[in-house]
Amino acid sequence: MGIVGAYRLRLRRRRLHLRAWLKRRELTAIANRTGAIRSDSILLVSTLRNERIRLPYFLRYYRDLGVNHFLFIDNASEDGSPEYLASQPDVSIWSTRGSYRSSRYGMDWVTAIQRKYCHGHWTLVVDPDEFFVYPFCETRPLKALTDWLESSGIRSFSAMLLDMYPKGPIDAQPYREGQDPFEIAHWFDSANYSVKRNRGDGNLWIQGGPRARTFFADNPKGAPALNKIPLVRWDRAYAYASSTHSLLPRGLNLVYDEWGGEKASGCLLHAKFLDTFAAKAEEELKRGQHYANSAEYRAYRDGLQAQPDLWCKWSERYINWRQLEILGLMSKGNWA
Amino acid sequence: MTDIPNGTLGFVMLCHTAFHRAAETARHWAERGCPVVIHVDRRVGQWSYDKFRNDLADLPNVLFSERFACEWGTWGIVAATQAATELILDRFPTVRHVYLASGSCLPLRPVRQLIAYLDERPRTDFIESVTTEEVGWTIGGLNMERFTLRFPFSWRTQRWLFDRYVRLQRAVGFQRTIPNGIVPHLGSQWWCLTRQTLTAILQGPDRALYDRYFRRVWIPDESYFQTLVRQVSSNVESRSLTLSKFDFQGKPHIFYDDHLQLLRRSDCFVARKIWPNATKLYATFLSDDAERQAAGEPNPGKIDRLFSKAVERRVKGRPGLYMQSRFPNEDWENGRTAAPYSVFQGFSDVFENFEGWLSKVTGSRVHGHLFAPDRVEFAGGEAVFNGSIPDNSALRDYNPRSFLANLIWATRGERQCFQFGPADLQELNWFMALDSNAQISVISGAWAVPLFKSNRNFADIRREAARLQKIEIEHLAILRHSTAKARIRIWNLAEFIENPMEPLQTIVDEISPRSLRRLTEAPRMSDLAGFGQFLQNLRNQGMQPVLMGDFPSSDDRPNESRRGRPYLVK
Repeated sequence: MGIVGAYRLRLRRRRLHLRAWLKRRELTAIANRTGAIRSDSILLVSTLRNERIRLPYFLRYYRDLGVNHFLFIDNASEDGSPEYLASQPDVSIWSTRGSYRSSRYGMDWVTAIQRKYCHGHWTLVVDPDEFFVYPFCETRPLKALTDWLESSGIRSFSAMLLDMYPKGPIDAQPYREGQDPFEIAHWFDSANYSVKRNRGDGNLWIQGGPRARTFFADNPKGAPALNKIPLVRWDRAYAYASSTHSLLPRGLNLVYDEWGGEKASGCLLHAKFLDTFAAKAEEELKRGQHYANSAEYRAYRDGLQAQPDLWCKWSERYINWRQLEILGLMSKGNWA
Repeated sequence: MTDIPNGTLGFVMLCHTAFHRAAETARHWAERGCPVVIHVDRRVGQWSYDKFRNDLADLPNVLFSERFACEWGTWGIVAATQAATELILDRFPTVRHVYLASGSCLPLRPVRQLIAYLDERPRTDFIESVTTEEVGWTIGGLNMERFTLRFPFSWRTQRWLFDRYVRLQRAVGFQRTIPNGIVPHLGSQWWCLTRQTLTAILQGPDRALYDRYFRRVWIPDESYFQTLVRQVSSNVESRSLTLSKFDFQGKPHIFYDDHLQLLRRSDCFVARKIWPNATKLYATFLSDDAERQAAGEPNPGKIDRLFSKAVERRVKGRPGLYMQSRFPNEDWENGRTAAPYSVFQGFSDVFENFEGWLSKVTGSRVHGHLFAPDRVEFAGGEAVFNGSIPDNSALRDYNPRSFLANLIWATRGERQCFQFGPADLQELNWFMALDSNAQISVISGAWAVPLFKSNRNFADIRREAARLQKIEIEHLAILRHSTAKARIRIWNLAEFIENPMEPLQTIVDEISPRSLRRLTEAPRMSDLAGFGQFLQNLRNQGMQPVLMGDFPSSDDRPNESRRGRPYLVK
């Protein structure tokens, strides 16, 4: 890449920062406890809308992993999510009524928060239905991973989105507050993923899984991206370029080895397909605030009306991270 | 507990971080009669240093030595070691062996076992010390050059200058002279040396000379004592008593709580590097209920294997796996696919029920045309296959390479066979030809058989034949290319039907080499009566079929008398 190309990327990054700077005014702090963040705290940033029922388990899961402080951005929830979060001791929360779509699907807000509070911290950016799994996560806290990454000179860590689904209709078993969602949705596709390289930003482009199989069979290109880089030792010069799928500077996207080896990676277990999903899809369609004119949700709705069963006889039942490692969905790399 | 008299073993600890853990370890040793001298990196803040000293202030046999800045790869670490060692030898006259440890070391066996071990070997110096020719683990590709070049720039923070300066020195042929003709040796930084040896090095007449020389050697902490010990000791046991493993970047592997059993069974005396928050490891190994162990020789084999496997995974990875953190560039895959598989072109056209027959004689999974235009013909007409791969052709065609790699990956342990032909998606022809796992067997021109049997207008047949022939010719050119790595066999239709058993036997033997038995039952061959005339009709209509071999138009059998031998292209 020549100087012009490099400069163009730099301008793009600057533009993302500028957008974030402008959008920061849309954010109102409801509870700001960021004073409690210590220099070695691990942070989690998340945007949400009407996710109240998921929050107790979400917080418990990430507290157990060793997240020290949560930074939430609430986009006009009406179900008491912000009040609940504001009452948590390790949570800071901002609220906005701004447009999700015109803030780059929430990424402008996230970038604004990250630039202000996450500089120098290992930061996890996940949605409330994404659960981070990494090598040895049963026995080693998140800090062990970030310490190791730091000592290895690694700045960003990949975790592919793994869609989890129940057997039978997705609304057959209602989700209770505080429940582990993977008691219901514990099936996944083990080897049904398309991997391509995105030459532009240097990231991989992964699609597939049950969503491609069921909702996007006639439009594979439109299937949602599953590649994610949610854990980054944040620097205020960084910016997520496209959701958490890719970052700038581009070096952060090189989370894969090109010479035959395996770098360490994890998975984000995606608890999207619960009984809450149908209502969510309907609501999001009405709002029309999602990517590509909510094509994804439209495909879901059309599929859902046909009462789909995402499960098939080759679906794999989730056991633990070691299983995902053996199946080749994630890797220990040289961490032992 | 401090009334235990000081014994024959003393520890020098080099610390720069996680002082609460270093303090625990130092206390453990000191309370068991082992004097400890601690060096704290000068770059550490005064507050942390004072707190560290305070934590250990109640122990008379713990001392702190003069502080040096210890940047990795520089002389500071050696200077710190020298000063601390001099202090411990001077202040604790009972000490016979000095054990060099770091703040992140942890004793795995009771210290009295270590003392007993050393008491049995009172004159032995434990230090890994090998000549530069014998080491394969150095970073930056520098072995002997560590001793003959100058390194004024930091490798960590001034890499560009470091590299340029090394290159410049190589270019102009600069060489430092090694004093007194000593032979440079390298080895692990963590040693256990006797008082005699240490004083001979530290009080030797040439120390100033050596210090001046090693001050400019790169990573002197891995060579200063390792080299000089050879000058003064006659009893060098070239291994470290500290279990310490390095990964491919030259960075120490770290031990966590889940390594507890491995560490216990290793019978090593001391291990590094321990993660500071490995609470269970510290609680277990620093407690005194340590009667569990049998005292044996250190045996870190299992840990060695664990770490070497980890490095191998990082460097070579799992063949045939394409995923979020492994996406090899072309020709760097270590195997394009995960396991051997077979591609059959034309066989199901020539034989009736070829798939059923093949699956029976080889016990492998036999699919139809996986790359058929309308849908993926999985074995048994399944709609979804291993790994939840759907039979949808649009999803397959979106990324055929992932489709095939996924299928072979998801069915590891069961050989996959599938049919292929010129009517199928041709995108992977190069991929498969260059894949050493592929066994590709082609009966060229066999695609004409279904056309021959079809009930279509002859004009359509002629057009289709011309199209398929063109595609197959291009495919055969790929298969015959000199770079092809697959096991490729090609017959033309005429020579194949002349003698079908021999080719089939060869292929089947290769698929299931263990069941070396003669084929008794052959698949039933399609009736080709009139096929020669069919080809002649094509010719008469202006299309030249060239891939089938020699079929006379009058006779139903090819008149070639020579036996069609399969030829192995590669």
